[in-house]
Amino acid sequence: MDVLYFAWVRERIGLPREQVQTQARTVHDLVAELRAREERYAVAFSDLSALRVAVDQELADFDAPLDGVREVAFFPPMTGG
Amino acid sequence: MAIRVQEQPFDPGGEANAFADAQDDAGAVVTFTGIVRDLPEGGGLDRMVIEHYPGMTEKALDQIAADARARWELADVLIIHRYGEMRAGERIMMVATAARHRKHAFEAAEFLMDYLKSRAPFWKKEHTTDGGVWVAARDEDEDALSRW
Repeated sequence: MDVLYFAWVRERIGLPREQVQTQARTVHDLVAELRAREERYAVAFSDLSALRVAVDQELADFDAPLDGVREVAFFPPMTGG
Repeated sequence: MAIRVQEQPFDPGGEANAFADAQDDAGAVVTFTGIVRDLPEGGGLDRMVIEHYPGMTEKALDQIAADARARWELADVLIIHRYGEMRAGERIMMVATAARHRKHAFEAAEFLMDYLKSRAPFWKKEHTTDGGVWVAARDEDEDALSRW
């Protein structure tokens, strides 16, 4: 699946999107896999209360299932308007 | 109904007039324009950069506009939101609502603004000569949603 990062999450991880091969069943599982990769991921995902997630471009919870999902995005709370 | 996500500047006055001219049956048009603010105490904002999530942004704005139309009797809705780089004083975004009666137009415009603030995937970064700082979401913006 495609994993996208925005704002300071993108800056901390150092890239805007990547293809991830994963068997993760939920967003939480995916976060655990990413955290285990490298320090920059561990730092970016250190405080989930500071992050929001979208699954296939819809806001979702961290326990959302990933079955059939094509795109997951992580970002800080939005500041539009 | 029109929703535009764009990098280039827009003319709020021209947009407001064109929006009002296009209405047949509306007795009220409300517009709101958001402007890039300088930083408090002496300013020093060099530029603001707005990042967004292409694809999701349009979907989120469509949904917010549809929610407003389901809730109030609206003749029309316009949302324009910019991304990219802008300076203090530039127009960031605008919403316009048209309705037979002003109460619907006012309330729907406030609803659109409240949801745009915290449910549309935009992120603002303020740059000064000292570097860039991501604008933090404010608790009151999240709390504002509970009144709807």
